[in-house]
Amino acid sequence: MQTLMIPEIGHYALIIALLMALVQAVMPLAGAATRRPLWMAYARPMATGQFLFLGIAYLCLTASYLLDDFSVANVANNSNSMLPWYYKASAVWGNHEGSVLLWSLILAGWTFAVAHLSKRLPRDMLARVLGVMGLVSVGFLAFVLITSNPFERLLPNVPQDGADLNPLLQDFGLIVHPPMLYMGYVGFSVVFAFAIAALLEGRLDAAWTRWARPWTNIAWAFLTVGIALGSWWAYYELGWGGWWFWDPVENASLLPWLAGTALIHSLAVTEKRGTFKSWTVLLAIFTFSLSLMGTFLVRSGVLTSVHAFANDPARGLFILALLGITVGLSLLLFALRAPRVSQRVGFGWLSRDALLLINNILLVIMTVTVLLGTVYPLLLDALNLGKISVGPPYFNALFVPLTVALCLFMGLGPLSRWKDTSPRDLFRRSWLAGLAALVIGAVAPLLYRGEWNLKVSLGVAVALWIVLPMARDFWARSRHSAGRLAGIKRLSLAYWGMVLGHLGIAVTIIGVTVVSNYAIERNVRMGVGDSVEVAGYTFTMTELTNRRGPNYLADAAEIEVRRGDSRRRFTMTPEKRLYIARGMPMTQVALSPGLFRDLYVAMGEDLGDGSWAMRLQVKPFVRWLWLGALLMATGGLLAVADRRYRRSVKARDPERAVVAEPREATT
Amino acid sequence: MRAKRKQKLFVILGLVSLVAIAVGLTLYALRSNINLFFSPVQIAAGDAPLERQLRAGGMVKEGSVDRDKQSLEVTFTVTDYVDDLEVRYSGILPDLFREGQGVVVVGELQQDGWLRADQVLARHDENYMPPEVAQALEEAGYSPEDYQAKAPERLDAQDDGASQN
Repeated sequence: MQTLMIPEIGHYALIIALLMALVQAVMPLAGAATRRPLWMAYARPMATGQFLFLGIAYLCLTASYLLDDFSVANVANNSNSMLPWYYKASAVWGNHEGSVLLWSLILAGWTFAVAHLSKRLPRDMLARVLGVMGLVSVGFLAFVLITSNPFERLLPNVPQDGADLNPLLQDFGLIVHPPMLYMGYVGFSVVFAFAIAALLEGRLDAAWTRWARPWTNIAWAFLTVGIALGSWWAYYELGWGGWWFWDPVENASLLPWLAGTALIHSLAVTEKRGTFKSWTVLLAIFTFSLSLMGTFLVRSGVLTSVHAFANDPARGLFILALLGITVGLSLLLFALRAPRVSQRVGFGWLSRDALLLINNILLVIMTVTVLLGTVYPLLLDALNLGKISVGPPYFNALFVPLTVALCLFMGLGPLSRWKDTSPRDLFRRSWLAGLAALVIGAVAPLLYRGEWNLKVSLGVAVALWIVLPMARDFWARSRHSAGRLAGIKRLSLAYWGMVLGHLGIAVTIIGVTVVSNYAIERNVRMGVGDSVEVAGYTFTMTELTNRRGPNYLADAAEIEVRRGDSRRRFTMTPEKRLYIARGMPMTQVALSPGLFRDLYVAMGEDLGDGSWAMRLQVKPFVRWLWLGALLMATGGLLAVADRRYRRSVKARDPERAVVAEPREATT
Repeated sequence: MRAKRKQKLFVILGLVSLVAIAVGLTLYALRSNINLFFSPVQIAAGDAPLERQLRAGGMVKEGSVDRDKQSLEVTFTVTDYVDDLEVRYSGILPDLFREGQGVVVVGELQQDGWLRADQVLARHDENYMPPEVAQALEEAGYSPEDYQAKAPERLDAQDDGASQN
């Protein structure tokens, strides 16, 4: 199937989208500066058009994949006629060109959503926001067209079949992880555009926060899920059971997440109290810049990792230039305009404002330490000062204590009040919870494993210190004359969002603590009939077989598992696959998932003489890691659904709306 | 107004001290957790520290991989075609570990010149060459391409690097 013109149509649509993005960037921004409504009116239709044409381009590429059009270089390099259709469709973003196209499409999607969901936004503001997003889009579409055209043809020597998708990527994870992550990355462009628009306009009021906040929360929720999916995927796909590697690419996604977390908290203060304004704007700029930097690190080939597709220096330079321009111009604008938007309101030492300030400082420090550990080796290498690598101990040594510090303040946050809280009040509300957290934390490892473990105690105590004071607060708030249920119903969705978000962190902390301290791994030599006991589970290899999949051959081991002396047994079947097109071996892990423990069995290598090196692991509480992330994301989304973002009457007079707003306790 | 100024001063002082602590800790942690890369030539010349974690890399010498019959102990030789380095490792080698392929090992150099590896890194793609290894080979006077394992005949006429993930 190479006679169709589908790729050319796609290429054409891409060019049209670039032109539309150009118009969307220039006309509304110029219009807003010169107060010409007609020019500003270009913004919305151009956003729609751009989205439409990028959608067409994207569908064309997908069609080329589905139709096995190997005359398209991108398809020939990353697909194969034997590949199942769902992997063909997701192979589109399993490579450099396609993933940048997806990036652009998602950016256009967010722009489209802003254009059509923000009807109440003042005309100037909307024009500026869409204009800034248009500018970002111009940069990325130019990048796609100039350096990474996915529609390039291989003519006239069309390959008979494709080189196949990297077997590591042939997995459900590829279908969900990149789109989610990109939704998060790119979603921060919205708050970035809002921030730049506010700077251009020299005005940042409470209404601004109210428009920007939901978008930020949604982007943050997507990023949270995206990171969690990546961790989960690496856990079962790479074959050795790690869930976080402090790999530079992972850090690249963690950095905007940390900054974004600071941002959503800072936005809360800006909305409620009108303070932290320039700080919020700065954080918005940083968050999106870190997203861009993540894209640069991952896509430029400066990093060597599973994710680094492109090794073309021109691409790296292009993104680096794009990053430099974005950050440089934004910061320049910030320096010139920030004094105009800032506003001073005092607050007490012990107040929610102050606690959130500490939250922000700690999160920024965490961001900086991770950034340093990620970029330092790259800098040294670029300056020819030697090749080094910074290992996980560095990150653990800094990240863990900072997280503990963050959590100590997190426990107090929901109990405190805006502006000022009396220390005595705070103590009265939290001492019991604190004591309970300490006591339960101290005995938890004893009860769980019969042996004391300082790290586990600390982890559990910290998690409880987040949950217990919040639970007390929840109980107090849901009190109502018409009964508890009525009280619970009366709680705002924003409050629910905060509760779930913080609960999610606690759940993740428990997961990290337990799995890091109690996971057991044994690498053993096993032949048919051999039994190995790991943490109370007996693994017996009963059979070695051969299998044939659609595009691979596999050795499979049947492992019978029994817990203690119980009668119940079940079978786990890990595989070692050989993917035919690339001749590449792959480990297919067998998992027995559970809320309190995972069993993890992987085949290592064939040792000859009928035995295999096997990796057997028992991982308690590992699911809690990702469960916590899901809770956090749910919290972020619930907060968006809060009534105050949907109220239309007050939005017409935003300034007054804020004054009239009761001081809800939300973060 | 004075109270406000005082508050501001405290905020700034607090910030500065926090940042100072953070930077201090960071530099300390960086210094004790950096792994330097050495090629077999450098190790043979005695440039590498003993019993301190480091990274080494090169090609796995053909015919050098020797698995113990009873345990998961394995021995192999990493070479840059000038000098050889013996590596011992206990555990499961990565899927793409093969003789004649580029590899990076993380571990500690022992008194008598061999390296005890805690980690063996091969890459996730069959025709990938770790950049450190490529550079080490170049410095030893070889073109890395000569030694890159030949992947099964690829069908695509042109490889623009897109598949080198």
